[in-house]
Amino acid sequence: MRKTLTALALVMAGAVPALADIVVPNLSYRTGPFAANGIPYADGFADYFTLLNERDGGIGGEKIQVPECETAYNTEKGVECYEATKGTGAVVYNPLSTGITYQLIPKVTADGITLYTPGYGRTSSANGKVFANVFNYPANYWDGASIIIKNMLEQEGDSLEGKKIALIYHNSAYGKEPIATLQALAAKHSFELVEIPVDSPGQEQKSQWLQIRRDKPDYVIMYGWGVMNAVAIQEAVAIQYPMDHFYGIWWSGSENDVVPAGDAANGYKMISFHGTGADYPVYTDLKKYVYDAGKAAGDGSNPGNVLYSRGMYAAMVISEAIRKSQEIAGHAAVTPAEVRDGFEALDLTEARLAELGLPGFAQPIKATCDDHGGPGTAMIFQWDAATKKWNAVSDWLGADTEVIDPLVAADSAAFAAENAITERCN
Amino acid sequence: MPDTVFFALEVMLNGLMAGVMYALVALGFVLIYKASGIFNYAQGVMALFAALTLVGLLDGQVPFSHLINAIFGTDVHHFPSGLRDLFAAGEGASGFTAMLGRILGILIPVLLTAAVMVVLAWAVQKLVFRHLVGQAPIILFMATIGLAYFLEGFGDLMWGSDIKALDVGLPKGINETLERVTNEAFGYGFFIDNLDIVAAIVAAILVVTLTLYSQYSRQGRALRAVADDHQAALSVGISLNYIWVLVWSIAGIVALVAGIMWGSKSGVQFSLSLIALKALPVLMLGGFTSIPGAIVGGLIIGMGEKLFEFFIGPLVGGATENWFAYVLALVFLVFRPQGLFGERIIERV
Repeated sequence: MRKTLTALALVMAGAVPALADIVVPNLSYRTGPFAANGIPYADGFADYFTLLNERDGGIGGEKIQVPECETAYNTEKGVECYEATKGTGAVVYNPLSTGITYQLIPKVTADGITLYTPGYGRTSSANGKVFANVFNYPANYWDGASIIIKNMLEQEGDSLEGKKIALIYHNSAYGKEPIATLQALAAKHSFELVEIPVDSPGQEQKSQWLQIRRDKPDYVIMYGWGVMNAVAIQEAVAIQYPMDHFYGIWWSGSENDVVPAGDAANGYKMISFHGTGADYPVYTDLKKYVYDAGKAAGDGSNPGNVLYSRGMYAAMVISEAIRKSQEIAGHAAVTPAEVRDGFEALDLTEARLAELGLPGFAQPIKATCDDHGGPGTAMIFQWDAATKKWNAVSDWLGADTEVIDPLVAADSAAFAAENAITERCN
Repeated sequence: MPDTVFFALEVMLNGLMAGVMYALVALGFVLIYKASGIFNYAQGVMALFAALTLVGLLDGQVPFSHLINAIFGTDVHHFPSGLRDLFAAGEGASGFTAMLGRILGILIPVLLTAAVMVVLAWAVQKLVFRHLVGQAPIILFMATIGLAYFLEGFGDLMWGSDIKALDVGLPKGINETLERVTNEAFGYGFFIDNLDIVAAIVAAILVVTLTLYSQYSRQGRALRAVADDHQAALSVGISLNYIWVLVWSIAGIVALVAGIMWGSKSGVQFSLSLIALKALPVLMLGGFTSIPGAIVGGLIIGMGEKLFEFFIGPLVGGATENWFAYVLALVFLVFRPQGLFGERIIERV
């Protein structure tokens, strides 16, 4: 009996991270209806930390443990994963789900752990005065909507007056996020906004696309996820909507969304806050220390694709924030509170990105106590079906802060009032 | 007539077409429920599994490659050639040879996938339901939930979770002839997707074939006998096991057809299993035991949800389709629990 208990204790000891390690749980979804999108993101996230562990011995000499917990993109399971892993010394969470993010905001705030939601989650958490433990740099949903409109303005000679723009969106908290922003932008630029919701999961969208065929909008913007994206692109092809007038937010712009439509998806546009493709120098090290060493998280088919790149981006930012926290704290074994401070003091420069093997991959970030949202910049990419590649067709574009900032302030103020939060950073 | 009327007609027509797609999934549920009284929760996952298998065969994917690579440290993913390419005629082949190659390159994988679904039916019967004969319907239903989760994981392990394009040569996009004709006749070009037209034709063929099979073939009559009274059928020498394997095989082949149609539309990905959710209101409305009921139910749900979205949707913020389908089904359940074409439920004391 004693032997059995000893063996069990040893197994359990092996199953949890060693006390000295820094723990960054990977709340991933490799199963369920959204697995096709969850897998490349989780792979990119895990592979980057594996690279740091194998090449550099971790960060500041501390190994990074990345235990995975399967959420299946289910909010309840995501919360369970958080509860199950927070006791392991977890310093930061990145759940890749707006629904899970909303549930975790009060929990991480109470537990003093950081929640990092690049390009998703609660948009107004960009306001660090209210959301002390949440960071969503480099860009949020509202920045995305504004940047897409900015690109349209560039194409239309700086005027969208009299134009009709349709927003086709996932009928969820996520999909509805850009509506207020686009309404404000419609008022500012005198275009007509047509809002078209799609029931989840979005496998059947005939009536929505018949409406688009009838209304003939000049542009269509999509805020979708999973199967909704692929079906929307196929339906757009079916009604012969011009693909170069169809824009997807970054969650509606991966290879998974365009490949099912084949050559007909050529010209579809999406917006991204990071580069794509495996041409960055970091991939030389990834190949040497991770892929060829048999330590890759996936089957080798994803490196360089959009969602893998995004998972890698999130891991890179987290690792730089941890590095910053070690610098501030003066020791390597940082606590969750110290990592939060590292996120708030993050200064990710172009030179540092180049040192990391990611020159030009993203825009610099300089976080402050009140700015948890970052530069709010992104680029427009266009799908080339022949080469199966996303090509950048714009420079880095910034959001219209004149419109976005008041919206962020108003929403975060409402959250502060509801939750009796006193603003910080004053 | 004003354009709004034509648009409403166009929406209605497309709703009918969408209904056919729902009915394709509902048919599989009906077949199994009719023969065995089992509500097969796994029908949507069966469509997914069939579509995954078909794409795997077409593209020459090595099954269980992740597992093989993890165990043996290999790096295999695809065979040198998929069945589609294997039968493709080389350069310089005549038009007929090229066409024959294209047809065989699709037909052989479809037939092999059908064979896989038959093997799956046999395994399900042999390993699961044979041991549950005589159990309450809720136990059998729970078994199909377990089967759904098993099959989803098994499909993932066998073929991977990445999204796959499915191209079996079905026409897609607007039917330009119909658009031109209606434009000339009414000054309004109607939109109908070619894929939906194909789905309607396939559904019609399926219903006619299944009806003829159940009415006039020996196995079909046995199937109906089992559906009417298990014990009486057993007493005249009909093998219950054989009939159940047969009906699960047919449901598997229907799932393959549904998987091809839906997979061609959205790509083959794991959300394909959710198409079952669209079949449930169709079943409630058409009846769980009627093949024509599945079609009529599908048409009513498809047309109703699209028209509701068109007329009422804008007043309440839109995205009403799923809501409407289930509310309509609920209304039918209240007033006609057996559905439009289902057998009347009579409990004698």
